[in-house]
Amino acid sequence: MPEAGWRGDGPGEIIVCPNGPLLVRGDVDLVDADGAPVERRRATVAVCRCGASAIKPWCDGSHKLMPRDEP
Amino acid sequence: MRAPGSRGAVSAAVIDVLLADPDAADGPLERLREATDGRAAADALLDEDLQLALFLLYEQHYTGMDAASERWEWDSRLIAARRTLERLHESELTARVTIPGTPEAEASAVAETLFALTTPTPGPSLARAVAADATADQLREFLILRSIYTLKEADPHSWGIPRLRGRPKAALVEVQSDEYGGGRPERVHATMFARAMRAAGLDDAYGAYLDAVPAATLASMNTMSMFGLHRRWIGALCGHLAAFEMTSSLPSRMVAKGVRRLGFGDEVAAYFDEHVEADAVHEQVAARDLAGGLAEQQPELVEDILFGAAACLLVDGLAAEHARLAWAEDRSALRDATVGV
Repeated sequence: MPEAGWRGDGPGEIIVCPNGPLLVRGDVDLVDADGAPVERRRATVAVCRCGASAIKPWCDGSHKLMPRDEP
Repeated sequence: MRAPGSRGAVSAAVIDVLLADPDAADGPLERLREATDGRAAADALLDEDLQLALFLLYEQHYTGMDAASERWEWDSRLIAARRTLERLHESELTARVTIPGTPEAEASAVAETLFALTTPTPGPSLARAVAADATADQLREFLILRSIYTLKEADPHSWGIPRLRGRPKAALVEVQSDEYGGGRPERVHATMFARAMRAAGLDDAYGAYLDAVPAATLASMNTMSMFGLHRRWIGALCGHLAAFEMTSSLPSRMVAKGVRRLGFGDEVAAYFDEHVEADAVHEQVAARDLAGGLAEQQPELVEDILFGAAACLLVDGLAAEHARLAWAEDRSALRDATVGV
């Protein structure tokens, strides 16, 4: 059994953080609705999942100010 | 960093030792021993003399003080003095930090506890004051206070890297790599902060404002250095970083708002904008993979992880409250209002 926290050896991964953003790490194409690439300024990004971020598509921690909705 | 002014017998003795030749320092070392032996502190975290002395001793492991021999870094006589002062700092922290109930040594449970511990609270805060009604001079004071840590942002936590393995190590390196610009020197966070200071008309040389910075701010820096320099505090170091990242995005947004309200311009705002985005990533990685991953590997460290997180909130809270209360009473948050602003 692999050590806890190992998540396979694919080129990229998207992690669903409970009550938080989607963490996107590695070789994953991020594009807008027209298919144009979304510029990534860091290797791993957090994509807003709650809709309240002021810097969408990125997370800015605003989910912490919202009622919790599992998961 | 240039030598600062002393704040009492211990810091005066430390400065004298550092400026002496290690081969001919018996006199200054004897005076340092006399000053530290039996030294007590009513409140070590707010003791100007003690915190400055400890800061200067830790600084030997970073880039050091001008004119101080690099040989002092590992001089056992100076390390012994540091240990005496560290004990005062450490016992005050241990006495004052309360940790929440210990969760299971499982990553998601540890992350959940950390998120609960760092939940944003309503009410007055320094970041809200910056957003709402700080003056331009107060914003400069804010930058000056931040500069003690931020001009070497991320450095104390990097000491954790060789002490970890596997999942928490990968997590720490991922966070630190982003802190250090992901290979792009212009995006190193400390460099972005230096740019912000210059754009605000401030000196970005490390320690330029050390004389103006009160004990509470030095205690915040010293807590990180203590956790970073002692392998036995690796759990606390990881918990500290998690709490630090978890209390950064939303306050950074408020500070960026204040920066724009006061018309300080994009170079100052850029540093805080960057932290809104970056720390929303870092907090997830630090809580789940760094602190949570470490807890799964070494369940005996869960309490230390929470201690480090709670210690971060305590000392950073003391530093922020010091500034907020000073401003509320129309006083400078700095030790000498004529310095720098």
